[in-house]
Amino acid sequence: MTALLPTPGQTVGPFFGYALPFPDDEHLVPPGTPGAVRLHGTVYDGHGDPVPDAIIELWQADADGGVVQRPGSLRRDGHTFTGWGRASTDRAGHYSFTTVTPGAPFFALTVLARGLLNRLFTRAYLPEAADDPFLVGVDVDRRSTLLATRDQTGYVFDVRLQGEGETVFLAYPRHQP
Amino acid sequence: MTAAAPSGSDAAASSQAEVSAEIEAIASAYDAVSDAKRVTGETQPRLDYPPYRSSLLRHPTKALQQADPEGVELWSPVFGPRDVDALEADLTIQHRGEPQGERIVVAGRVLDGDGRPVRGQLVEVWQANAAGRYIHQRDQHPAPLDPNFTGMGRCLTDHDGAYRFTTIKPGPYPWRNHRNAWRPAHIHFSLFGTEFTQRMVTQMYFPGDPLFALDPIFQSVVDPAARERLVATYDHDLTEPELSLGYRWDVVLTGPHRTLMEAGE
Repeated sequence: MTALLPTPGQTVGPFFGYALPFPDDEHLVPPGTPGAVRLHGTVYDGHGDPVPDAIIELWQADADGGVVQRPGSLRRDGHTFTGWGRASTDRAGHYSFTTVTPGAPFFALTVLARGLLNRLFTRAYLPEAADDPFLVGVDVDRRSTLLATRDQTGYVFDVRLQGEGETVFLAYPRHQP
Repeated sequence: MTAAAPSGSDAAASSQAEVSAEIEAIASAYDAVSDAKRVTGETQPRLDYPPYRSSLLRHPTKALQQADPEGVELWSPVFGPRDVDALEADLTIQHRGEPQGERIVVAGRVLDGDGRPVRGQLVEVWQANAAGRYIHQRDQHPAPLDPNFTGMGRCLTDHDGAYRFTTIKPGPYPWRNHRNAWRPAHIHFSLFGTEFTQRMVTQMYFPGDPLFALDPIFQSVVDPAARERLVATYDHDLTEPELSLGYRWDVVLTGPHRTLMEAGE
């Protein structure tokens, strides 16, 4: 196969609010479902100010660790777990998903924002996955940025785009600068 | 020539000439290096691109951590006919009347880095109206809203990876990056591949736009050939008599990983 040169990304810009969100985009399971957990946090910029115009996308395994290959994320029926969701940050830079704990070490996340020229990838590891081989390979000073912490409702995972405590973002082998 | 240091958060104080000088300095530095030793040019925008003022505090300063995709990262979410109505691909029929402006068709294919079609996958688009106004409540540009145009659409790619939207050609619009800043006309695209690692959000531009050289978002892709891949081609075969002009734009996502592991494919 001939390798094709990839199309460049561009910022999501400021005006996605009427286009990308959809009903129940952040509810992978309906709130109040037995066993439901919250994955939530705040997105911060390099000054430590919240980012009110970011989007976080979540892609995760189901509770048994299986990769879900079912449609229906955009028109949720309240019964089908699709493993994918999208959450916009609010005025305080906060995002929140209602989901289940994956039967896998991490939640895979994509970060989009005005001012961010290309999407970023990261992983929110479950607190009990701190010994995961990938995490152990990350600089010890930065490792904790990939670990979700527990709260009463589920998991907290803040995203720091820049500066003190900057989140570790990922590049995969076939990504080019 | 060196770029003037960005003047802090009061970015609107910069003139177009100052921003253009910064753009030019970065381009010259890239050309000097690339002529000397570049094998493959940069393919993506710089995350750290000071002429785009909003990027100053929103780009990571640490190198990205190399990761082999694991688990769900080797797969993409699945979308289907339940998610997307076929009518959502026509942005001109979402209201009772016809929108103002130049009706166009934008069509192309979504391919992976090995040239394979990305089949049955979600494509989302959003854009300003013909006057350069977004329906978004925070868009304060005093150009008219069009009651017959929302400016968002969706479709699923077909077996060949093809997508097709009918819409209105968006207008350029002013923004506050610097004084007298204007964005070239563009359509935002959101794309998924066959794997999570291929997720991409980008913007498609129209050929020959006089604002290209002035726009820090377009110019944040510093490689000229890569930048060209953001520009659609006028295609008379897509143009429909008495109805609409046609633009073709193919999207290439990054290469997949899973197929590499499947020997013999």
